[in-house]
Amino acid sequence: MAKLTFKTDNCKGCGLCVDACPKQVLALAQDKINKKGHHPVEAVNIEACIGCAFCATMCPDCIIKVER
Amino acid sequence: MVVFDKPHALTDAPMHYCPGCTHGIVHRLVAEVIDELGIEGRTIGVAPVGCSVMAYNYFNCDMIEAAHGRAPAVATGVKRADPENHVVFTYQGDGDLASIGMAETVHSAARNENITVIFINNAIYGMTGGQMAPTSLPGQVTQTSPYGRDVNHCGYPVKVCEMLSKLDGPEYLERVTVNNVKNIKNAKKAIKKAFQNQLDGKGFSLVEVVSSCPTNWGMTPKQALEWIDEKMIPYYPLGVYKDRSAEKEEA
Repeated sequence: MAKLTFKTDNCKGCGLCVDACPKQVLALAQDKINKKGHHPVEAVNIEACIGCAFCATMCPDCIIKVER
Repeated sequence: MVVFDKPHALTDAPMHYCPGCTHGIVHRLVAEVIDELGIEGRTIGVAPVGCSVMAYNYFNCDMIEAAHGRAPAVATGVKRADPENHVVFTYQGDGDLASIGMAETVHSAARNENITVIFINNAIYGMTGGQMAPTSLPGQVTQTSPYGRDVNHCGYPVKVCEMLSKLDGPEYLERVTVNNVKNIKNAKKAIKKAFQNQLDGKGFSLVEVVSSCPTNWGMTPKQALEWIDEKMIPYYPLGVYKDRSAEKEEA
């Protein structure tokens, strides 16, 4: 299982990482709002993460750190 | 083991771009290339006017802000001041490079100036609120073409790579996009080659990145990336338009 770290307050909730993930690990947190006023991304299914870093590659704001 | 982290050449400043704007991806690719080539200390970037006007906040290398469209002229001066040590790149949008700065672009290419140009083509004027750009597609709806771009009235879009490839000057011209992971990897290769060409003293390298503008196209970020595939790429085909060194090797 890989480890994902998010700079949640820099997330703009664009959802590009959610679409890029081949394992449906990510989702936008509809019940949370960050400092910028967006629904930030969160890992809802981290057990499925394979650490491919597709999410981080698509993220325009460089908020995702991937470790495995 | 860290698989992916923010490159050192990007600062920690949160980017001001709209959600889903691909400027952030291209900034990161440039920063990754600067890191990989180990040239952060001697790189000087030239920021344009447009959405990326504040690019100087996001790169850790030295940056200069040029007058609108004049980034290649400024880069020429910086490069010629110390050609051995300076690594100079410009980062320009379509309003900057293909509209007001067309003369500087064409002439720096014709002179084969040893600089790297990153050209973001999103087919619209983003910063000013979505007016028609020289690169807007025929029929594209913008603030100033509410019925779609009428080519009889407004003319045809400028294809920068095709146009410059007819010149004898430029060393390397490639068009890439960043709408999915595979294309992002290819875009990074092209940007790295554009910087490597400069380090090898080969000359003018331009990478055109077909980008999205979800806000002014009136789409979600995901729809905008799909629109690149559906509309932008058929009009602006990806590929290498000129690579003089490769041509020489073949000959």
